[in-house]
Amino acid sequence: MTEVKDHRDVYLASFARQEKEFATRPSWLREIRRAALQRFAELGFPTTHNEEWKHTSVEGIASVPFEPAQAGPAGAIIDALKGLPLCGLDCSRLVFLNGHYQRELSSLIDLPKEVRAGSLAEALANGSLALEQHLARHADYQNHAFVALNTAFLHDGIFVEIPKGLILEKPLVLLFISAASGRPIVAHPRTLVITGRESQATVIEGYIAVGEEPYFTNAVTEIVAGEGAVLEYAKFQQEGRAAFHVATVQVRQERSSNVTTYSFALGGALVREELGTLLAGEGAAAALHGLYMANGRQHVDNYTTMDHAMPHCNSRELYKGILDGQSTAVFNGRVIVRKDAQKTDSKQGNKNLLLSEDAVINTKPQLEIFADDVKCTHGATIGQVDPEAIFYLRSRGIAREQARGLLTFAFANEVIERVKYKPLRDRLKAALRARLGAGTGKEDA
Amino acid sequence: MLKIKNLQVNINGTEILHGIDLEVNAGEVHAIMGPNGSGKSTLAHVLAGRETYAVTEGEVIYEGQNLLAMLPEDRAREGIFLAFQYPVEIPGVSNTYFLRAALNTIRKHQNLEELDAMDFLGLVREKMMLLGMDESLMNRPVNEGFSGGEKKRNEILQMAVLEPKLAILDETDSGLDIDALKIVANGVNSLRSPERSIIVVTHYQRLLNYIVPDFVHVLYDGRIVKSGGKELALELEHKGYGWLDEALETEPRA
Repeated sequence: MTEVKDHRDVYLASFARQEKEFATRPSWLREIRRAALQRFAELGFPTTHNEEWKHTSVEGIASVPFEPAQAGPAGAIIDALKGLPLCGLDCSRLVFLNGHYQRELSSLIDLPKEVRAGSLAEALANGSLALEQHLARHADYQNHAFVALNTAFLHDGIFVEIPKGLILEKPLVLLFISAASGRPIVAHPRTLVITGRESQATVIEGYIAVGEEPYFTNAVTEIVAGEGAVLEYAKFQQEGRAAFHVATVQVRQERSSNVTTYSFALGGALVREELGTLLAGEGAAAALHGLYMANGRQHVDNYTTMDHAMPHCNSRELYKGILDGQSTAVFNGRVIVRKDAQKTDSKQGNKNLLLSEDAVINTKPQLEIFADDVKCTHGATIGQVDPEAIFYLRSRGIAREQARGLLTFAFANEVIERVKYKPLRDRLKAALRARLGAGTGKEDA
Repeated sequence: MLKIKNLQVNINGTEILHGIDLEVNAGEVHAIMGPNGSGKSTLAHVLAGRETYAVTEGEVIYEGQNLLAMLPEDRAREGIFLAFQYPVEIPGVSNTYFLRAALNTIRKHQNLEELDAMDFLGLVREKMMLLGMDESLMNRPVNEGFSGGEKKRNEILQMAVLEPKLAILDETDSGLDIDALKIVANGVNSLRSPERSIIVVTHYQRLLNYIVPDFVHVLYDGRIVKSGGKELALELEHKGYGWLDEALETEPRA
């Protein structure tokens, strides 16, 4: 096995410098940070010899000495933000720039006062039992190098707590912006969302870029859906074209909770999106949706895990990919049905549309079933735009390129149409149209 | 309107049409009948511009233009419409969006003002009433989950909205019950006009009881072997296509 040259040492030195500033933090967190750093030092960056990273080489990340960005003035980017997707949504929002909280760009005006939402650093300073119970308890830093790295550098991020029974009318937007700083920077965004029993909320997480310089985003989001809670979580990723984006979203679902997730992965040069949900209580339901689009030499890897631990849970998953140019993509859909998870009903689908001869998709369902009374189905498709449909549209006067764009849009739209919040749906469609304009040479699809 | 001369067509190297001659004038309704595999659908699709068919000989003049040199979308914009035997399902594109995009593309080509959503809806409602179609079909994806009858009606609806000069119906009657058949025929008849020509491709004579043709042509093994008036359809129905085998064996082929 060849050892990849990596810059683990840069992270270790950077950690040592930060450690001094963390003397005031709660001791439980300092212990977790140290343990996570230890694990990262042991694990190192994964190589393609690791089965779970077989088709995704992170050499591009490991070989660059990324360092944390200094907090800078946000004023300069305000104008650049206006045109970006999600920024125009009329919702409460929390904004981070290069890993630093931006109070002046954030607005919590629409939020009921019972909802706790804000900087994780502030919440840590004030102390919170829920934080100690849940932070770094769901995303596994023992076995996952990137989660370990994020956890080792855990100092700020977003903490959201929706109290029992509260119905949040409007979505809450969490925005992580990366802007050029002249040298390779890394940010480790960290989010913890706890939704109380029978509460209802929509959380939209956005990762967007101003500028085209390389940087590395290593995000971890932990979500806890309380008993009977209904949560919609949408992740919108449009990082810069030279960016590296590794994100892990780990959900824990209590009894009868209902969680719907959407992952829209449009940007980045090298992208790994991990999303897992643990169905930890009876009767919980999860619906996972994904749409990934890549062109040029982009690489996007989706790794999802549906972990059925209890009986009578229901899971649905639909991930769709559109690949153009010489882009490559990976979909790995893991479904675990544990011994006690009888009457599990799970359905998974991954559909891919290849727009060019050179695009490559590796798709793999992975079923691990240890219960005997379950219903699990999965299916994967890879195809081109249907020539019959193109001819049908052309026979009605619609030009070939427009027909192709329309059919590609329609393919993606199946996922977008499932988003319940209409302003988000509209923005996603606009982003998709803009994207297809570049990909198919047609704006009016 | 349409002049087909010695049209020969191959699919994957196999010749399907061995030299078709046909002239259709404005205002006329022509029926093309023939058994399965005779080349009826091939002829219909070649006229609409399907690229998987290779024309090896002959020419097609439509309104003075070389039709075979035109792209499918340009043919549609110039007034040619093919009602598909098997309409294609297009998930994710609503029937409304699709039909309005088609209509406006054609209107733009004709230097007419594009219709906005309201005007379009008004137009479609009127035509749907004529075809006894449920308005909810407009909000559904094109043909997705439609019954066989709904798909065929949807084709006729598109025809009624797009108002082509030359409509080609490819076995629009197949699989329809008698009530649906009457509704479809009604829709077609309402479009008959001195400026519009219609080619009805069918296996059975039944449809021609309701859409009465001016001319009937029998296509057999890639050739038009017999042409006549509407009574030819009845003769075929009466004697069956087997009669042609016998008749052609005794007559030397052209």
